Amino acid sequence: MSEEVAVKKQVKQISEATILFAGDSGDGMQLTGSQFTLATAFAHNDLATLPDFPAEIRAPAGTTYGVSGFQLHFGSINIRTPGDEVDLLVAMNPAALKVNLSRVRRGGAIMVNKSAFKPHNLKLAGYGSTNPLEDGKTLAGYQVFSVEISRMTEEALKGFGLDKKAVDRSKNMFALGLALWLYSRPLEPAVAWLSNKFAKRPTIRDANIHLLKKGYHFGETTEDFIVKYEVAPAVLQPGRYRAIRGAQAIAMGLVAAAAKSRLRLLYSSYPITPASDLLHELSRHKNFGIMTFQAEDEIAAIGATIGASFGGNLGVCATSGPGLALKSEGIGLAVMMELPMVIIDVQRGGPSTGLPTKTEQSDLFQSLYGRNGESPLPVIAPTTPGDCFYASYEACRLAVKYMCPVILLADGYLANGAEPWRIPRAADLADFPVTFASKTNRVVDGKPSFLPYVRDERTLARAWVKPGTKGLEHRLGGLEKENETGNVSYDPDNHQLMTNLRAEKVARVAQDIAEPCVYGDKEGDVLVVGWGSTQGAIRVAVDRARNRGLRVGSIQLRFLNPLPPGLGTALTRYKRFLVPELNMGQLVRLLRDRFLLPFTALSKVQGRPFQASEIEDAIFDLARRDHA
Amino acid sequence: MPESRKPTLPPGFGAARKRPKAPFGPRKAKLPAGNGRPAKKPGLTRKDFTSDQDVRWCPGCGDYAILATVQRLMPQLGVKREEVVFISGIGCSSRFPYYMDTYGVHSIHGRAPTIATGLKASRPELDIWIVTGDGDALSIGGNHLIHILRRNIGCQILLFNNQIYGLTKGQFSPTSELGKVTMSSPYGSASPPFNPISVALGAGGSFVARTADRDTKHLATILKRAHAHAGSAMVEIYQNCNIYNDGAFFEFTEKATKAQRTVLLEHGKPMVYDNGNRAIRLDGFRPEAVDLTSGAWSVSDAIIYDETSLELAGIASRMFLSPDMPRPFGVFYCNERETYESRLHAQLQHVTRLRGKGDLDALLGTGDTWEVA
Repeated sequence: MSEEVAVKKQVKQISEATILFAGDSGDGMQLTGSQFTLATAFAHNDLATLPDFPAEIRAPAGTTYGVSGFQLHFGSINIRTPGDEVDLLVAMNPAALKVNLSRVRRGGAIMVNKSAFKPHNLKLAGYGSTNPLEDGKTLAGYQVFSVEISRMTEEALKGFGLDKKAVDRSKNMFALGLALWLYSRPLEPAVAWLSNKFAKRPTIRDANIHLLKKGYHFGETTEDFIVKYEVAPAVLQPGRYRAIRGAQAIAMGLVAAAAKSRLRLLYSSYPITPASDLLHELSRHKNFGIMTFQAEDEIAAIGATIGASFGGNLGVCATSGPGLALKSEGIGLAVMMELPMVIIDVQRGGPSTGLPTKTEQSDLFQSLYGRNGESPLPVIAPTTPGDCFYASYEACRLAVKYMCPVILLADGYLANGAEPWRIPRAADLADFPVTFASKTNRVVDGKPSFLPYVRDERTLARAWVKPGTKGLEHRLGGLEKENETGNVSYDPDNHQLMTNLRAEKVARVAQDIAEPCVYGDKEGDVLVVGWGSTQGAIRVAVDRARNRGLRVGSIQLRFLNPLPPGLGTALTRYKRFLVPELNMGQLVRLLRDRFLLPFTALSKVQGRPFQASEIEDAIFDLARRDHA
Repeated sequence: MPESRKPTLPPGFGAARKRPKAPFGPRKAKLPAGNGRPAKKPGLTRKDFTSDQDVRWCPGCGDYAILATVQRLMPQLGVKREEVVFISGIGCSSRFPYYMDTYGVHSIHGRAPTIATGLKASRPELDIWIVTGDGDALSIGGNHLIHILRRNIGCQILLFNNQIYGLTKGQFSPTSELGKVTMSSPYGSASPPFNPISVALGAGGSFVARTADRDTKHLATILKRAHAHAGSAMVEIYQNCNIYNDGAFFEFTEKATKAQRTVLLEHGKPMVYDNGNRAIRLDGFRPEAVDLTSGAWSVSDAIIYDETSLELAGIASRMFLSPDMPRPFGVFYCNERETYESRLHAQLQHVTRLRGKGDLDALLGTGDTWEVA
């Protein structure tokens, strides 16, 4: 086809677009999406992604529940969410169309793999005997590109000697090439990736690259597409950038924290979706001295973390909701032993096994209260994939400084989502070297002694001792400790005192927290208070509401315990409070309890992040109520 | 099915409360050549390993003998006190670390092996002792026990088996006999017991032994050997709970019956017991107790025990709950294999050699990057 003369295309400049790749879970949609993401990063656009896949690894082909999707919002403007509505849906089969059609904006574009719209697939997707491409109704109002992706893939790969299965599996590269062309993205990142990935299988490599280019050139030559789009580079703060996923960012934050604290890191984990990516990532960094331990179960993972921290290492473990439940007794022990460690919860839909691959924020209460007894600990929630780096770094720093376990509350959306990230210089990250106790700290019966629960006056942290330190031998455990000596004590007043001390120590973490930063209006009608990953959607909603004349601000809480100092003062400057959360109202209860103000909940548990429009509508509802 | 019995002394063991002598008489277990550690280190004594805490076990508890044996043994092991860590779970035995003036963790029920694993993996130079019980190790912590043995984490696991839950006041445990009458099984327990030695062997334990609280000499010998073993060394210690399960092991520990009811496993020696009158021979794969006085059998028919044979260890471990068979004591199996921590650190070094020491800036800037001016 290369000899054909390219059709003259109209080039349209756009500021942003949302594209959704959808197909069978075996169609390679996640890969297609992440390659499109790389190319978009390469084109210097701002971006946000939402991978959305089923829990089944290979659900039966052609079914609606086997549909895997990857949504990407990119632009020359500030991009903060994966996009409310889809501008281009790439549907590799009828099921992908069926599942995702409602997400395409009216007038939006749909590119379908026409070859897959056969009676069997149509039936599996629930279309019965009607073909939505031909019924004149289903896709009315959309701009439809019917492309015979499978057939053209087969033709293009004739002569490569690949079997039918291998050919079929390559078709996503044709779709990727076409999509890259449509949005004027460079081919190079995908070509480089394929060359590397299939370096040892040159036939597969060449076939995929050939197909990628075929897809690209098809866009150039076919008369179906008369417009292609260009998105100018985004205006970002000067610096060096890369695309980063939350899971990578958390892992790198931990590696950086280990380096900056000069501690050795032992990362212990039992495989669980969506936290396993952290284990995968960290187990590759052995040359940083990172020890990874795949435990026999969730409880063993927290146990090994406690053991490592007792040994004077930075103990870290990660899990998701059900795993956090299993770890709760161990975390309680860590609270009692006052050992520094970080427990990462990559939240997913619950309860029970719930929705393993979908995002939710419903473990806030579990993190704050999900242990027996009075066992407070700091809880930090990163706000964007890039912030995951700084939040995990901060979690380590505070754990060590205050000698306590810290929970880092991420979620599936953050862990799997990606954004451009300004790469920090290692030298710019603050050192926090740890001083281990080496001397006795009290005189008991005229004898210099080491008492493990003697505290620092400012932080209330007790001393951290490395076993192996002569003369500082001591025992720790889960039974209540006598103040200072750490001996077992059942004394009523001592239990009250120690309970108070443990709580006060965590409260004092507030010394290390900045006052909340208000986005938007510093005073006004509505203050939106969110936490963690909802930051992007909330800020877009605040911008829109302000553009429509409301006076709205927002505060995104990174610290859930303790709450940042100055939050109460900030609240006095607004009339109404909206608390959007991907749960049934957890932070909202915490805030009502703390501040006795009429916070309004915006709750959603649908396995997806908020759309900015949902929050925007809620802001308006609340503001209107205000005026009524 | 054995009949339910109340937790009283078995028949014929009237003198049970008397402090017994070492049951194995003149036959002293010897250390195989090459396993000895340097003799007593000058300077440290039992007192150095004794903490200032009052011991709170019930008077007459078998735990006292084990604690005293361990405290007495420590100075002989040539270890630095500050490098010793005792880690326990929950239960009577798990109070142990409080009484040792070393580093220690009294953790949560069943989880001591997990804490030991994290500690040893990250600090391989430490000398780690796990103190656990039958409920702690085999019930709530069963999963961790098999996995620490599988990984072969370097540590000593002292499993105090008293066949009862003591701290919770006398419920049947995973090693209690079928039909056991307890507070939680007034009509007899319906759960058959675990065979801890078989469990340890099945999990890949590289050192598996059995001893008893009432023979502190044998106990010390076995613990010394366990300590000399680089990998996981599991020692089942029959321990008398004189409150809730008094006399559970008197059959094997008291003078009246111990000679007939026990056989010592000694590497390279024939399995002879009952003061040389009886022996264990192999009939195919089946062990058989034979009478050496009848003239039909001689010592040369007896199994020559080989502690490096997993097959023999399996056979000996199955000499369990059988009225015709003596209960074996000693080292069932001892065969060093590489420890988890050694593999872990070898891998860290290997990858570091291969890729060079990690550079944080390079890591942060991995992949495609671009400059914004």
